[in-house]
Amino acid sequence: MSLLSASGIDYSIERIPILSAIDFQIEPGELVGLIGPNGAGKSSLLRLLTGIEAPDRGNIELNGQPLADISPQQRARNLGYLVQGAQAYWPFSVEKVVGLGRIPYQKWWRQSNAEDQLKIEQALQLTETLAYRNRIVTTLSGGEQTLVMLARILATENQLILADEPVAALDPYHQLHVMEILRQHASGRRAAVVVLHDLSLAARFCDRLYLLSHGKLECCGAVTEVLTGDNIARVYGVDSQIESNAKGVSVTPLKRISDHHP
Amino acid sequence: MSLKAVDARLLNAVLLTALLLMLALVVNVGAVDIDLGKALGDVWHGRTTVESLILFDIRLPRALLAALVGATLGLAGAALQGLLRNPLAEPGIIGVSNGAALGAVIVFYYGFAGYAWFVLPLAGLVGALLAVLFIFLLVGQSRSIITLILAGVAINAIGGALIALALNFAASPYAMQEILFWLLGSVANRSFREVQIALPFMLLGWGMMLYCGRFLNALTLGEDTAKSLGFDVVRLRLVLILGVAASVGAAVSVAGNIGFIGLVVPHLVRPFVAYEPRRLLFTSALVGAILLLLADVAVQSLSATTEMKLGVITSLVGAPFFLLLILKSRSTLQ
Repeated sequence: MSLLSASGIDYSIERIPILSAIDFQIEPGELVGLIGPNGAGKSSLLRLLTGIEAPDRGNIELNGQPLADISPQQRARNLGYLVQGAQAYWPFSVEKVVGLGRIPYQKWWRQSNAEDQLKIEQALQLTETLAYRNRIVTTLSGGEQTLVMLARILATENQLILADEPVAALDPYHQLHVMEILRQHASGRRAAVVVLHDLSLAARFCDRLYLLSHGKLECCGAVTEVLTGDNIARVYGVDSQIESNAKGVSVTPLKRISDHHP
Repeated sequence: MSLKAVDARLLNAVLLTALLLMLALVVNVGAVDIDLGKALGDVWHGRTTVESLILFDIRLPRALLAALVGATLGLAGAALQGLLRNPLAEPGIIGVSNGAALGAVIVFYYGFAGYAWFVLPLAGLVGALLAVLFIFLLVGQSRSIITLILAGVAINAIGGALIALALNFAASPYAMQEILFWLLGSVANRSFREVQIALPFMLLGWGMMLYCGRFLNALTLGEDTAKSLGFDVVRLRLVLILGVAASVGAAVSVAGNIGFIGLVVPHLVRPFVAYEPRRLLFTSALVGAILLLLADVAVQSLSATTEMKLGVITSLVGAPFFLLLILKSRSTLQ
């Protein structure tokens, strides 16, 4: 049984179609990459899969159960959503931000308990953010903030993490760090979906890729099936150089295709 | 360098003790000195004396109302600043204060206030309710918080315009003065009946706002994250706003417009609760009660002939103080 599966998804915002006829599934242990040009509908698909928006048509099932039938609290325990450019509005300490990940386990009158504290500790350890646990999160660098936001999700111990462009605007060190954490999470009964623009990074870390274009699924499958010169030229409108070697696949965009109309 | 956050329970216990002590002390303050022991003894023995009347019909309801209104404004300010994630939000922003004020002004304008003691607070409550109703009609099922704020601003402007109209055409200078003085805000010359009419709405509103505490914490990371953490954002937003409307509507109905408590108190408290919106709620209520009680004592002791209105002193002290806070905290709040 798939961990999360979606079939025949149509979605529109104020009558403007955003996604049509999307099928998606992810199995336990998988790290799945969602790629495609700006405006292809990657973020919208992620929001639907998280359950914070509902599709116009189609079914989404979590562990074989319709997502709409699952209580919000249970959903929050199973699915962790990292928004694009996540940031805190109030000057919270790092530890307090990570502690927000324990909310799905707390009744409204209950203070945090020893188990919450343990999970916070583990999340800080996994993301190597222990050193600045008492720092104010808004004073950290972009890379450090992303790690803290990721720690917040890890503290929930979700089965599935859905991350929207977590490595955008990060330096190579932090990009690799974030991807390694997601890769590490996606094992056993757990999995992760990640929206990426860096195709080489997608190729390096993901088990499978979904390539979206204009709200439709162009193709999906193993990295080498999806990242072909033809696909990239057709969807992104760029000529690219694709190299496969023992260290993985790398994609270098070379030149815009002049008659491409995105 | 920000202040270190204080243990939540200790902080609230200290503040609550301070509030109760102050309530016990302020009943000593007034135009005449009374023997509190004698007043209490008289009431105990069922005797109606000057002392017992001053204590139970004048000073106690006044002190209680000051504390209740202060708590409401502090709590509502904290709740709205958390919901809108904007430190400039104050209870008036959703239009309910001007709605309540307009209801009261209409009563003054047509001279209904003298018919029965409850006409004035009731009109205020109806005004507040209508303001909220209008906001929800305007906003409808909109998901955007901006629409909500703009609707509040519009309702506020309409309320303000109609109040100005009433002042413009007031039947006599006396009626005009009555309206103006009422608008300035005061808890003087109130009785337990005002406490009775306002308290149920305040308690209801407080409960609704406190219920949203954890939701406000989750909102620190934005609405989408709050949704993904299992909160029904649209429903909880409604609960919180109705809570603000019920309690602030009741407060304005019995005490008029008292500014700056709702705006300043959360700023004052925030560093002591580690900027956590949930903890901010209850502590802001306590601090709001204490500050308004202090302000009312100041009003009573400053001048005896023409008493300064409570809303005047909160604005006089609150506005510069707010400026000071902003200047000090601009490094931590971007």
